[in-house]
Amino acid sequence: MTTRQAIVIGCSAGGLTALQCLLPGLDPRLGVPVVVCCHTGSADVTILVNLLGRHASLPVVEAAERAPADPGVIHIAPSGYHLMVEPNLHFSLSVDEKVAYSRPSIDVLFETAADAWHDGLIAVLLTGANSDGAQGLVAVRHAGGYAIVQDPLTAEADVMPLAGLEAAGADACLPLDAIAARLNELCLP
Amino acid sequence: MDVEDIELQLFVRAMQLRHGYDFSEYAPASLKRRVQQLVRTHDAGSISELNSRLLHEEGFVTRVIEGLSVPVSEMFRDPPVFRTLRDKVFPVLASYPEINIWQAGCAHGQEVYSLAILLEEAGLYERSRIYATDFNDAALAVAADGIYATREARDWSRNYIEAGGSHSLSDYYSARYDFIKLDKRLRRNVTFFNHNLVTDEVFCEAHLILCRNVLIYFSNTLQDRTLGLFRDSLVRGGFLCLGTRENIDFSPAAAGFADVDHALRIYQVGGAGARPLVR
Ligand SMILES: C[S@@+](CC[C@H](N)C(=O)[O-])C[C@H]1O[C@@H](n2cnc3c(N)ncnc32)[C@H](O)[C@@H]1O
Repeated sequence: MTTRQAIVIGCSAGGLTALQCLLPGLDPRLGVPVVVCCHTGSADVTILVNLLGRHASLPVVEAAERAPADPGVIHIAPSGYHLMVEPNLHFSLSVDEKVAYSRPSIDVLFETAADAWHDGLIAVLLTGANSDGAQGLVAVRHAGGYAIVQDPLTAEADVMPLAGLEAAGADACLPLDAIAARLNELCLP
Repeated sequence: MDVEDIELQLFVRAMQLRHGYDFSEYAPASLKRRVQQLVRTHDAGSISELNSRLLHEEGFVTRVIEGLSVPVSEMFRDPPVFRTLRDKVFPVLASYPEINIWQAGCAHGQEVYSLAILLEEAGLYERSRIYATDFNDAALAVAADGIYATREARDWSRNYIEAGGSHSLSDYYSARYDFIKLDKRLRRNVTFFNHNLVTDEVFCEAHLILCRNVLIYFSNTLQDRTLGLFRDSLVRGGFLCLGTRENIDFSPAAAGFADVDHALRIYQVGGAGARPLVR
């Protein structure tokens, strides 16, 4: 079986609540980096980082330019930049045009992460009111990665998970409260 | 190795051997995305098709540079940065009889005009000279025109106020249809010209260098080399301003810069407080 090396998560409308449900369920021994792209619409992601840090089982930080994607840490994409994973597994940022009306864009994160981790990647697409992330999910599955989509019926906004399912399908379509357990199962030895 | 990655390497070689542009030290993830975008805009079937046009088609390289360059900018983006330049850096610049400012990677010029306005309001414009450079000639032409879509400019007035502007941004432009045109007096002391940070040299003694969101496209090695170029261009005590999410902790050359405002990425060269090097 493939060893899973990283988790990327994308969400938009309803994302804060969804992340507050999902992240505390991750096993603190999870030995992989977790990278989150959540459209917040606000200029500063610090608030989101602090809110999520309160209850998460792993440290939550803003993803820093050029820094390595450290395992056992939850990295949040800064506002106003695309967050990418380089082939050397360090982060980079860009201010390229918005993708799917978004910057940061989930597509950009997922596509570059798929390029970096290939079939070692797990991608999770959660609630959201636009279709960002769908193309990214296609890239993840194309590279042999594992795709989890939140069951649209349990999503605050179902446009994003529906678009993901339609474009890429999924290896698992799970209710929100079952996703953390599946991630632990996939990543823990 | 992935076929597309091979094609990308050949693309970089073609740019270098045929046209003298060196993209080998650009961060690969975004470079790849830009090149894939070029394939789409030029209706090419693959990167290889671009490569062939690059080698054989007169003038195609210009289009490629335009596609690789990311001339995305705003006026007074990150207003606290401009406010701090005005409050902390301008008072020091005011002590020089002539002020040289280099804005590297000026894109469509929004930051050039932002700076010009603040200098004007601080009474420093007359003795300032702004060198605004980029490696994309098309972007430089747009910058020199100073014409922007009204739709784009919607947030700029608020940014200007938050940056500490003392008038109304509309005092500095005339609005026509869907466009605004910045007052051409704002560029009476501005020189726009082509300069490639990868291959071109120091050309002036600068008191302030503004280079925001350009080095984010560079590898650590190229970032370090460019910071060295900036250090060599700056007078002792000169200032450097980078984008607010840039990280220079991995660059040996950054040891020459002390924090003026760490969160806003404003630095000063030489003097006390050289940065510790984090590895
Ligand atoms: C994203 S824009 C930055 C605009 C502005 N400074 C800002 O932050 O809003 C990046 C610019 O850097 C320029 N650039 C990229 N590589 C360069 C190089 N090697 N030499 C000079 N300019 C370069 C691009 O052409 C583009 O206009």
